[in-house]
Amino acid sequence: MRKFMTAAAAAALTLAFAGAAEAAAKVKACWVYVGPVGDFGYSYQHDQGRLYAAKQLGDKVDATTYLENVPESDSERAFEQLARSGCNIIFGTSFGFMDPMVKVAKKFPNVKFEHATGYKRAPNLATYAARFYEGRYVMGQIAGKMTKTNTIGYIVSFPIPEVISGINAFEQGLKTTNPNAKIKIVWVSTWMDPGKEADAAKALLAGGADILTQHTDSTAPLQEAEKAGKLGFGQSSDMIKFAPKAQLTANTDNWGPYYTQRLQAVIDGTWKSQDTWDGIGKGMVALAPFTNMPDDVKAMAEKTTADIASGKLQIFACPVLDQAGKDQCKSGAKTLEDGQILGMNWYVQGIDDKIPQ
Amino acid sequence: MRIDLEARPKRSALREILSPVVALIVAIVIGGVVVAIMGRSPLAAFDVYFVEPLSQSYSLQAIAVKAAPLILIAVGLAFCYRANLWNIGAEGQFIAGGALGGWLGLVTHDGAYQAIGSWWILPAMMLLGILGGVLYAMIPAALRVWLNVSEILTSLMLVYVAQLTLDWLVRGPWKDPQGFNFPVTVNFDPEATLPILFDGGTLHLGVLFAPIVVIIAAVVFSKTIFGFQVRLAGSSPKAARFGGFDDKRIAFAAFAISGGLAGLAGIAEVSGKIGQLLTTISPGYGFSAIIVAFLGRLSPVGIFIGGLVLAVTFVGGEDAQIALKLPGDMTLAFQGVLLICVLAADVLARYRLRFRLGGKA
Amino acid sequence: MTFDAQQVQDVLIIVVTAATPLLIAAVGELVVERSGVLNLGVEGMMIIGAATGFAAGYSTDSTLVGVAAGVISGAILAAIFAFLTLGLAANQVASGLALTILGRGVANLIGASFVGLKRTPAPHLHIPGLSDIPLIGKLIFGEDFFVYFGLLLTGAVAYWLMRTRSGLTLRAIGDNHASGHSLGVPVRRIRLLAVLFGGGCAGLAGSYLSLAYTPFWSPDMTAGRGWIALALVVFASWKPWRALAGALLFGGVTVLQLVFQTWGVPIPPQFLASLPYLTTIAVLVVLSIRDIRGAAAPASLGIPFIPDR
Repeated sequence: MRKFMTAAAAAALTLAFAGAAEAAAKVKACWVYVGPVGDFGYSYQHDQGRLYAAKQLGDKVDATTYLENVPESDSERAFEQLARSGCNIIFGTSFGFMDPMVKVAKKFPNVKFEHATGYKRAPNLATYAARFYEGRYVMGQIAGKMTKTNTIGYIVSFPIPEVISGINAFEQGLKTTNPNAKIKIVWVSTWMDPGKEADAAKALLAGGADILTQHTDSTAPLQEAEKAGKLGFGQSSDMIKFAPKAQLTANTDNWGPYYTQRLQAVIDGTWKSQDTWDGIGKGMVALAPFTNMPDDVKAMAEKTTADIASGKLQIFACPVLDQAGKDQCKSGAKTLEDGQILGMNWYVQGIDDKIPQ
Repeated sequence: MRIDLEARPKRSALREILSPVVALIVAIVIGGVVVAIMGRSPLAAFDVYFVEPLSQSYSLQAIAVKAAPLILIAVGLAFCYRANLWNIGAEGQFIAGGALGGWLGLVTHDGAYQAIGSWWILPAMMLLGILGGVLYAMIPAALRVWLNVSEILTSLMLVYVAQLTLDWLVRGPWKDPQGFNFPVTVNFDPEATLPILFDGGTLHLGVLFAPIVVIIAAVVFSKTIFGFQVRLAGSSPKAARFGGFDDKRIAFAAFAISGGLAGLAGIAEVSGKIGQLLTTISPGYGFSAIIVAFLGRLSPVGIFIGGLVLAVTFVGGEDAQIALKLPGDMTLAFQGVLLICVLAADVLARYRLRFRLGGKA
Repeated sequence: MTFDAQQVQDVLIIVVTAATPLLIAAVGELVVERSGVLNLGVEGMMIIGAATGFAAGYSTDSTLVGVAAGVISGAILAAIFAFLTLGLAANQVASGLALTILGRGVANLIGASFVGLKRTPAPHLHIPGLSDIPLIGKLIFGEDFFVYFGLLLTGAVAYWLMRTRSGLTLRAIGDNHASGHSLGVPVRRIRLLAVLFGGGCAGLAGSYLSLAYTPFWSPDMTAGRGWIALALVVFASWKPWRALAGALLFGGVTVLQLVFQTWGVPIPPQFLASLPYLTTIAVLVVLSIRDIRGAAAPASLGIPFIPDR
């Protein structure tokens, strides 16, 4: 038995090496998605990024391989299978892949790994994420200008820092243009259940909201806004064709340039493990064209976007007061530190709600 | 046209053993046709799905790791199903076991309470896992036995409740304080982690529970009075009652075994494979195990084989996504077809079909 | 927070639309179970109805064709179930589960090429004057046509089951297929028709989701509604009008937990999300206490029938 195992292991190694040798000419890049590529939301946008990179780099890369619908608790095998199948670089796009990726990266020191939205790194494991909250600040400003009822409906999935920082950034923006406007928050405990998202949207509209925003994946809430003749924001991708009269803009994930750049680094042999957290400035977060708003609001939104991109405007510039009125900044700091934003679990002043615990 | 079923005069052991094999072959042929329609080579697909996973050490380990929880849960389900109790909530019992057992892993994190030695941690986690599954299975069992509430619906509804509760625990009270408020718990200490059997591999100690349980269950079914009672309670409840068996006790016992094994599978998965608690700890094992139970025709040895077959389709399904770019949902559809074929073959092993034109059924 | 009458109407409209797919699928399954067959595959038939409904509706640009495709695909899946359980007398629970798995897989395969596409939602009723009556007009006269069809279906099935001869026959074989058979009733043929009807209804309910409720396709968009429909049948004690009450109650719980949140009630959302399931269990328990012998259930439910010629 022992002998058989060794022989089998040797065979597996030979196969792996053969795979590597063959791929030396072409960089093989592989992706692991937590959802179906057909969610038209988070996983879909990563897949669009993959296709973009494949197009940009042409025959220098083989970027045709991905695994979709990989459950986080069962992802270790998926990464190992990809590593063994000759992938040179593997992108894992969900936070829950973190520890499995750490384990597999250790086992395959010659394969490069990139984990989205995590915080554990290794010499061959890089991390990357997008400052989604930057776009939400602009959305908050627009919402403040456009609301008539001073009530904004906000549909959210789960109370994780990415979602909380999004709500806070939205409120920061909202305050600047309309201190009287309030956010109403509904948690739906799912990233993707169109029916439930639609119900939440309708409940918020019935409760007086005239602008909807969402941190869930489907187009349903925006379509409800359109149906009711109200306004809203797209999420993850530009949803304008689903709501041509309602979408003000959309906070879109734009992974293509990043993937292209990282694959180029692999080709050039300059890839190294690092932490990337880019936003509007580097184009990782992009706002869809500003529509369905007067020119002055549009001009304001464009200026804010440019200021965020250039770094002139800091969304969490100190002091940042929490709900109790306490300044969350470290003493002497000009803005909140990245670590504080990355792990946010408190609301800024102005939000009349409690984070469910 | 009408179809008549005519009982075969003699039951043939060979025919009954062969029927799932024939079903598998038919399902593979159907799958091959679909693959061909999608413009890929069925032979290549067969190679990727069923040959490659079985020819490499690491994928053999992956299959064993994937099959173990399926087998454990399915053996438990066999007790329920044989007794005509339709527990379809093993997924919830798996989560309950994983959560309760995993709780001890969290509590003993960073060497806490280990001054008195650490040998007890793993056994205690396993026992808590079993306990969690048993207790959670007692809810539909009690409702069924005492109030005659459909266990199909209650056990299923409780799956959603278990999922949401674990979600709440991991996002709230149990989350890693150093984890930037992300929804994960701390990693278990090595003392709370089931050891890996081969260096660099994925095969962990918990995988061995599956063959052990299969052997015990096979003995229980064939050699003990309890096994006989379960079978009789399912096949002819009246006879069982005449025989003086306490069918309520049997129902509770069947649910307890089923829940306990699902809970054991849960904690083995959490402690052996994941090493921490996540918001979701099961990729649907509790539901896939139902397929396994029927693939194995509700017999422990059959379930052992059925679990391996299903695990091969999972691992092969991922290989097929990588090598042939076949969509992941192919695996799901194939599993459905396979189950349908097995159910049909099962009947055909015992009955002969008579087709006749006209006539009433 | 105060509620004005306008908001009450708005919330009621949400409840009604949330209840409609549950009602349609439940009424279909109710007929199946009344005939003595337990088809647990509602979720599978529903999701395939959603996928083919959107695919056909999008390709032909006709809601009606989409609906027809949803109904037919649900019935086709039901036919597989009928072949297994009626033709071969295979285990009904296992066959229903097989249907669920198969339906999900095939639906996601079909839907894959329709991701990110958009259709205009199914039309709503509009009767000038009536639909504009404040406070009740939109609720009563402004829904989409699935809602009215669901009500019509419930009424028709209730009448047919209780008041017609063929309805009586169906109930009779559900209660005792052996005696029905000995009286010369074509047990399996009637059950086949019932199963196909149930499949069609589930398919219709699915197509409602992808054509009217949220007019696009997304994987697994039924999100467990088929299972809820199954629970509703028990909830309704196999009576159509009670299924309507159950669907409204269930839709109400689902929607109200969202409405509560807009009032800012600080309860963990996971608890609120599990309310519908806990409510279902609670209701099943209450009903069982009232009906301890399970007399309401068709006596032959789930028992395979093999005619002895």
